[in-house]
Amino acid sequence: MTNRSGIFDNIDKTVLFLFLLMTGIGWVNIFSAEYSAPGGQILDLSASYGKQMIWIGTAMLAAAAILIIDVRFFTNFAWVIYVLTILALVAVLIWGTEINATKAWFRVGGLAIQPSEFAKYGVAMALASFIGSKRIRKTTNMHRARAFLIILLPAVLVLLQKDVGTTLVFASFVLVLFREGFVGRLTLFFLGLAIFLFILTLMVNEFIIIGSLAIISIITGTIMRKKHAFVAQLTILFLLTSAYVLTVDYAFENVLQSHHKARIEVLVYGDADLQGAGYNLHQSKIAIGSGGLTGKGFLQGTQTQFNFIPEQSTDFIFCTIGEEWGFAGSFVVIGLFSVLLLRLITLAERQKSTFSRIIGYSTISVLFTHFAINIGMTIGLVPVIGIPLPLISYGGSSLWALTLLLFTFLKLDTRRMDMN
Amino acid sequence: MQRYNKTDQYASRKNVIAALVAGVGIVLLIRLFMLQVIDPSYKAFARSNYLRHITDYPSRGLIYDRHGELLVYNEAHYDLMVIPGQVGDIDTVAFCNMLGIDVSTFESRMLQAARHSRFRASLFEKQISKNTFAAFQEKMFRFPGFFVQPRTMRKYNYPVATHTFGYVGEAGPSVINNDPYYRPGDFIGISGIERSYEEVLRGKKGLRIRTVDVFNRDVGPFYEGRYDTLAVPGQDLYTTLDLQLQLYGEHLMKNKRGSIVAIEPATGEILTLISSPSFDPGLLVGRQRTQNYRMLQNDTLKPLFNRALMAQYPPGSVFKPISFLIALQEGIIQPHTIYQCPGVYQSRGVSIRCRSHPNPVNVSSAIQHSCNTFSSIIFQQTINKPGFSSIQESFSRWRAYVQSFGLGQQLGSDLSYELPGMIATPDYYDRIYGPRGWRSQTIISLGIGQGEMGVTPLQLANMTAAIANRGYYYTPHVVRAIGETGELNNQFALVNDVPIHSMHFETIANAMHAVVNNGTARGSRIPGISMAGKTGTVQNPQGENHSVFIAFAPADDPRIAISVVVENAGYGSEWAAPIASLMIEKYLASEVTRRWLENRVANASF
Repeated sequence: MTNRSGIFDNIDKTVLFLFLLMTGIGWVNIFSAEYSAPGGQILDLSASYGKQMIWIGTAMLAAAAILIIDVRFFTNFAWVIYVLTILALVAVLIWGTEINATKAWFRVGGLAIQPSEFAKYGVAMALASFIGSKRIRKTTNMHRARAFLIILLPAVLVLLQKDVGTTLVFASFVLVLFREGFVGRLTLFFLGLAIFLFILTLMVNEFIIIGSLAIISIITGTIMRKKHAFVAQLTILFLLTSAYVLTVDYAFENVLQSHHKARIEVLVYGDADLQGAGYNLHQSKIAIGSGGLTGKGFLQGTQTQFNFIPEQSTDFIFCTIGEEWGFAGSFVVIGLFSVLLLRLITLAERQKSTFSRIIGYSTISVLFTHFAINIGMTIGLVPVIGIPLPLISYGGSSLWALTLLLFTFLKLDTRRMDMN
Repeated sequence: MQRYNKTDQYASRKNVIAALVAGVGIVLLIRLFMLQVIDPSYKAFARSNYLRHITDYPSRGLIYDRHGELLVYNEAHYDLMVIPGQVGDIDTVAFCNMLGIDVSTFESRMLQAARHSRFRASLFEKQISKNTFAAFQEKMFRFPGFFVQPRTMRKYNYPVATHTFGYVGEAGPSVINNDPYYRPGDFIGISGIERSYEEVLRGKKGLRIRTVDVFNRDVGPFYEGRYDTLAVPGQDLYTTLDLQLQLYGEHLMKNKRGSIVAIEPATGEILTLISSPSFDPGLLVGRQRTQNYRMLQNDTLKPLFNRALMAQYPPGSVFKPISFLIALQEGIIQPHTIYQCPGVYQSRGVSIRCRSHPNPVNVSSAIQHSCNTFSSIIFQQTINKPGFSSIQESFSRWRAYVQSFGLGQQLGSDLSYELPGMIATPDYYDRIYGPRGWRSQTIISLGIGQGEMGVTPLQLANMTAAIANRGYYYTPHVVRAIGETGELNNQFALVNDVPIHSMHFETIANAMHAVVNNGTARGSRIPGISMAGKTGTVQNPQGENHSVFIAFAPADDPRIAISVVVENAGYGSEWAAPIASLMIEKYLASEVTRRWLENRVANASF
């Protein structure tokens, strides 16, 4: 492309618009979640909605800076960025501040910075650089191992912070590896099936599941009866899944310690132990469930306004949306995420360079994982692991890291014709 | 940058990722649709989370006597309530120490409350002391889920008329199940006018809906109080009771079993209703109520038993005026009809003894001297009157006359638990003797008020009022007006007529006047007041006879009709008549001049 003058000329307007809209929606709901009495100042810097205003403003500045910087900076300094984020993760283990039993924070004045959020950016850079720059004709196991190592190193450091939720998000880079052919379709399929059956086993009697699997297998097998190889595979698959279901059930009943079971049981049985481990989830479901079709209105959510839900402006921000804007609000937010993600897939696929595409898919993977797990946990579909809803939840590090990732990709996208 | 590009090989995988994104979005939306639109339970949870329903208990209506003297009022007290769902991790030991209970009591009460409802308030400790209340107010923030509910408790200015007032107690399970107004711990009138005027006295509970935050702090009314209702105070009752007469009667009835019922004949208003032995109404209020109730229940003298409404006696000789009135109306006798009394009535193997008195007797002197012979003859003639096809028919007619005086049936007063008494039916005798097996002689004792007949003291007083009125009565009642406006209690304005001519009543009233002036009750004459009365000595196979007296005064313009029953006291003239005369004197003259009689009565005990 020849026109290098305007930063915004080639930028994807859809993504930019969605970014601004979603951070705006996020701020409005943080305001509602934290709002306590009439007369609260919008720019009250002691309140989280005031701080979030600063975070959004500075994130915009960072985004603008990224758009100004030459794309070669990212390709050349990818590994430097990765190493810096790794060093930050090590440093936070030594000098960090502990909040909620997690040693993941640097305190700077009144603001807290979470290096683990930026580590995702580092991983994206390193993966893009590694997979994109190497002359990899045929992916070998050595390549796979190195790619996994890039992801594993920060993941382990984050796990050392005792931040299980964020650690799990690093697993989302599997999607990137899948797209690049480092992970096969079958692997992804079985991984999904294993997770699905695991949760299902805990929720439903194991024999009902095995019975259902048998019926599905028999029907499929009958339809495909001409293809003997398929029937044979199906039979093996059925036997394996049945064994897996029984194993999971046995393990859950007999191997896990009681405190291990607690969080999972909360998910499975919903309202067990309402004052303890189940309190968050129960209150979260009450808030969202009481929203109805159109919600109770801005600042009218009774559960939100009377602070029944802990962590409401951060991990449980979706409660405010569900309660005050109802199913309509939920639909809009999920719709926005889906459109954003699908648009990013389109953008990623139009990249000529692998580097740019990997940055694109990294953005997609991180966004998608946060989105699916966060909303899933507020409505009891996945266990409660504390990770924020991207662009919406209160929290500077998360917003910053995502903004960097997103705008780096948008910048690369504007130069997609120049890159190869 | 490297020119190598592997896009093509795995490009189709974007579809898998896109499908994953879309699939997750759809799953989340389905789940949210179920949660937010389909499933109603979370909406209910949300309400119970942040709404507190606070009941405002109205003050119960006050009770006054007929002169406006305050008899029953209220005093504030405090109940400690709990909403189990909100009780968090509290310092149980400190809490128990404050209340003076042990931890196991605490736990069992919490369990009980939780069984009732997790989200609704249950009574935890009733009527806590003022000190406990003060201590609790200070530390309330430490015990979320607990709150103090102000309530009112009955207080009595005078320890009298217990049976008439009745008492208030907690609504039992059967009431709660049948009437949605009542919740566990609510009070309800259990007996007396507290029961019969419950809906008037209780008022209407108010409901305030408050919103609270996660710390159970009140953060204001729900929707600016749009759904709140104000408590409506109970309406006051202006009774027909005369406090001074009631006090005096209870004084006279001390150490005796029996009852006094006095009625104003012109209105049916009950001036006094006494059942003795009685007890202080204050005993059935407050924390000691259950214990006191048990004590009263175990008392062999049965103080809880309201004799005035629930004790049945054969009326004895006080029934004779009725029997005479029926015979007069039926034309069996005339006022001047004369019979010889040989001291005993004998007919076909039946024999009834009579006391010695001047002979022969007419209607007036037969009443005056309570002649059994005269009574038996006219009863026999009434039943055997020609023109009836059977004894069943003639007896039914006689019985209908008796019932027209309000005997043998519920009068329908505004008092709780009024017993009907009983007058035997023809069927009753048919069952015993066979349809052809009984004659007038078989049932001859009915003519002198004995036999298969049971009446209550209230019915006796009402019957007396009917005689005093010369042929009609108003249903006796104890409340003359309801509420501040003094609205009259109109439900008792209907006249009940007795189908007997008033000239016959005049005859009998005169005879009853003679009873007091120169007959069986001459010892109970009141100086300056003309009283008409009739003595009765009710045969009691279980022990000493019951002393009974009915009276009204002044004889020509009656303002009070009274019945007195003193159980196991012997002759009617000896105890019941003096008591009735003292009561009438007290009521009509305010001051009792016959101190010696008053002392003799008050000091007697049976």
